[in-house]
Amino acid sequence: MDDLLAEFLTETNENLAELDVALVRLERNPNDGDTLSLIFRLVHTIKGTCGFLGLPRLEKVAHAAENVLGRVRDGVLGVTPDLVSTVLAAIDQIKFIVAGLAASGAEPAGDDGGLIARLDAVSNGRMAGAPVEAAPVAPPSALAMAEPPPPEPVAVVEPPAPPAAVAPAEPARAAADPVPEAPQSAQTIRLGVDVLEELMTLVSELVLTRNQLLQLARTQENAAFSVPLQRLSHITTDLQEGVMKTRMQPIGNAWSKLPRLVRDLTMDLDKRIELVMRGADTELDRQVLELIKDPLTHMVRNSADHGLETPAERRAAGKPETGHITLNAFHEGGHIVIEVGDDGRGLAADKIKSKILSKGLATEAELAGMTDNQIQRFIFRAGFSTAATITAVSGRGVGMDVVKTNVERIGGTIELVSMVGQGTTFTIKIPLTLAIVSALIVEAGGERFAIPQLSVVELVRAGTENAAGAQDGEPVLQMINNTPVLRLRDRLLPLVNLADLLRLGTASAHSNEARRHIVVAQVGASLLGIVVDRVFDTEEIVVKPVAPIMRHVTMFSGNTILGDGSVIMILDPNGIARATGIAGSSDGRGGATLPTTAKLGQRDDRAAMLLFRAGGAEPKVVPLGLVARLEEIAAGQIEAGADQAVTQYRGRLMPLIPMSGELDLTRPSQTVLVFADAERRLGHDRCMGLVVDEIIDVVEDSLLIQLGTNRPGILGKAVVAGKATDVIDTGYWLTRAFADWFDGGGDAGQGNGTRLLIVEDSAFFRQMLEPSLIAAGFDVTSVASAAEALVLAEAGAQFAAIVSDIEMPDMDGIAFVSRLRAGGPWKDLPVIALTGMTSPARIDAGRAAGFTDYVRKFEREALLTSLRQCLTISAEPRLHA
Amino acid sequence: MSATAIDRRQVAEPRGEEASARTLVTLTIADQLCGVPVLSVRDILGEQPITRIPLAPPEIAGSLNLRGRIVTAIDLRCRLGVPPPPPGTPRMSVVTEQGGDLYALLVDQVSEVMTPPASSFERNPPTLPPAWAEFCSGIYRLDGRLMVELDIGRILALSKEG
Repeated sequence: MDDLLAEFLTETNENLAELDVALVRLERNPNDGDTLSLIFRLVHTIKGTCGFLGLPRLEKVAHAAENVLGRVRDGVLGVTPDLVSTVLAAIDQIKFIVAGLAASGAEPAGDDGGLIARLDAVSNGRMAGAPVEAAPVAPPSALAMAEPPPPEPVAVVEPPAPPAAVAPAEPARAAADPVPEAPQSAQTIRLGVDVLEELMTLVSELVLTRNQLLQLARTQENAAFSVPLQRLSHITTDLQEGVMKTRMQPIGNAWSKLPRLVRDLTMDLDKRIELVMRGADTELDRQVLELIKDPLTHMVRNSADHGLETPAERRAAGKPETGHITLNAFHEGGHIVIEVGDDGRGLAADKIKSKILSKGLATEAELAGMTDNQIQRFIFRAGFSTAATITAVSGRGVGMDVVKTNVERIGGTIELVSMVGQGTTFTIKIPLTLAIVSALIVEAGGERFAIPQLSVVELVRAGTENAAGAQDGEPVLQMINNTPVLRLRDRLLPLVNLADLLRLGTASAHSNEARRHIVVAQVGASLLGIVVDRVFDTEEIVVKPVAPIMRHVTMFSGNTILGDGSVIMILDPNGIARATGIAGSSDGRGGATLPTTAKLGQRDDRAAMLLFRAGGAEPKVVPLGLVARLEEIAAGQIEAGADQAVTQYRGRLMPLIPMSGELDLTRPSQTVLVFADAERRLGHDRCMGLVVDEIIDVVEDSLLIQLGTNRPGILGKAVVAGKATDVIDTGYWLTRAFADWFDGGGDAGQGNGTRLLIVEDSAFFRQMLEPSLIAAGFDVTSVASAAEALVLAEAGAQFAAIVSDIEMPDMDGIAFVSRLRAGGPWKDLPVIALTGMTSPARIDAGRAAGFTDYVRKFEREALLTSLRQCLTISAEPRLHA
Repeated sequence: MSATAIDRRQVAEPRGEEASARTLVTLTIADQLCGVPVLSVRDILGEQPITRIPLAPPEIAGSLNLRGRIVTAIDLRCRLGVPPPPPGTPRMSVVTEQGGDLYALLVDQVSEVMTPPASSFERNPPTLPPAWAEFCSGIYRLDGRLMVELDIGRILALSKEG
């Protein structure tokens, strides 16, 4: 509203200034139809906007003035000085009210009755006088005699009119008025974008010149220049920031049309859709904004049309009828991340597969080797459209490939995560501005190049295979049939040698060194190692387009001038990937998949996961928090019993359960994940070992689990480190070792059917919590949001305790518990907070809000202990619903 | 930077009966005197550090920095099929603008600005080598020597071939 009002004020002030001029012009030349139309339109605009903004006083005045002008336009009234004066009086009054609005944000109190009456009199009263007007030429004198009376009062009454409105209300205001009015007109000005663009170009040049100067100063001992130069440098930086600011606009501007679009789509598609927009005030360069607008609109349209189901389908799937499309924007480093997500049906890999096959985009054999995510990425291929039927809304086959191309054109990346039945989220990462980017300067073949920092994931110094004294843990460059690859944390990274790729000749002094520098760059969902000779530092560079003669070389995205005045080329990692045949950017094949750095949002459902292999080549994953220790147990220490292998471990016998089903006794040692039951209080200090083939990595990733597997011991699949990975069901394996693992060691059935409510937005954690709590004897109900929980509360559902996540969208755990504590049936229920972050400050904040206890996610025993304590303290009668 | 901007107003002014005559900047490439219309020349540069552009056509010598603008340097010797000069020979550049982009034509030497009489102009002799014929718009007969007028538009028409 404030923005709207400010914009209205700016626009109205402009219109009013124009009106003044136009009215005077009209008075001089009463038959000027164009001027009259202009005046009428301006007043009409003011009136219309007032009505829309709810400014009744302004609207009434404008309306009365418009009536008069309307009659003049219709030829009923003639233009006379007094008519113009009356209208000018109205304009003055509008100005006065607008000034009041600017000062206080509300219409000043006052009565415009007199003015309106006069305006009405002019428009109606003159109706009778119209014929008089129509024939004024003949007897001007007579009429002039008849007419003066009305104008007279007008002229006299008019000046007091504004003070009359002010004086009774607030005499001091009259004096204060000019002050707020002045800033209002100075606060905003409109100016052409080209002026800003030119300023930006000039500032860019200034930055370059400043950099050159600084470079020169560094080599000169003469300190006379250094102080002013420093000042110049600071001012330049400030100026650059200032000018950049003029180009920044909130991303909400690009979203402004979306609510309407979604509303219309809701009608057209007969779906219930709610559009959630977060971070609308996140600012980015307007050039980027313009370029991202259309892709975003397209994606929202896609989500509404393809992503979300009809209410009936949603009901059948057990989801709320209203589907959500969520737009989320936030800054991350020098980039802006925009997420477009829906909670619809998700991308079905098998449907996409058949489409890929029918379109001949890949062969069945190729598809078999791909993860679901890689298959889903096919929607970014040209000519791919998933909708079975082409609707009016979307599905014309110009789809996500155009979006992707547009995003990549501005140096951005686009990722997607989709779970069948749970929805799809696209994550776009784009630079804040296109004009100045941060780039890493490298050297290859004697030439320097800039690589945009956005695509640089990490820098690796690698030893060559035969290099003597390769340091411990240092990645090693290896050759497969003369093609270099890098083993980096148990992944194979495809490498390109920049000097070779650019045919710079290999005679450089660095190429024979034992260690090479590798820039790990992200290309779409894949990684690519670029071998360079040297790595310098990062520098802010001004991107300039390459000469048209060079446009066909796709490996460069531009060129720039460095601080030392030399010209260097900016490499485009996407172009390099294409040139080397690593078409990773389009379908994720060939390159190494995204490693641990996959950043998908800022949500707290990220957790450390242990990635391992067991019983097959497919990686499996388990939340690291569940694993007590990792052990390597020598074969000699393993005693194979009749039905179970055991080993002595910390003074006890620990059963070893092979995940593959059978213990491979030929191996010299076994890799074991140790799960421990820390319930020392009961004396049941048990542990079991899960034997796996190989530990791959520990990764941190968001956990979105896809359910529906029937394989015992596997909870389902989740995308971990960019790959679909089996998530193991630890509960299953624990009970394989001790059938009574979850029986709480004698305290079996401690839950006794006590009703528990779990509030947790992450499906994964719900899946982790539910079985273990059910196994502990609780009757568990889980909901995905605080809002749903509150609905249950209102519906009269009863629980003995609530376990709630803290970090949740919309209403977080703190707000949720505050709401509960404020009153209602659940006012005194114990509420246990589950969180990934247990800093003392947060715990205090949580307790202050009303949480009974704090438990770290994944700490099952801690949760059970806490529940036990809470429930004993909590009033007994409430225990059983 | 040893850039010498040419004051166009003085030079470009056609004089008297030679209104149809063209004012040219003369330059030498492998001892051949050439000329380019002065109006198309923006700057004359001395020896400049030039950054190689990988994968570029051989005619493109690289790019250089002219007061904050990036200029693509084109080796006229290479463009005209003349063997490269001995290494280390200092070269000069004639900077010209086309479509908002700047190009520097690398030449051996830039000499003077002259306005040869229009009557001394002749079309290309048919025996001119094809590499030269393509880029020459004609030949001036000067005292004792010939000057080839180069067509900058055609010299810069690299993109289609590249």
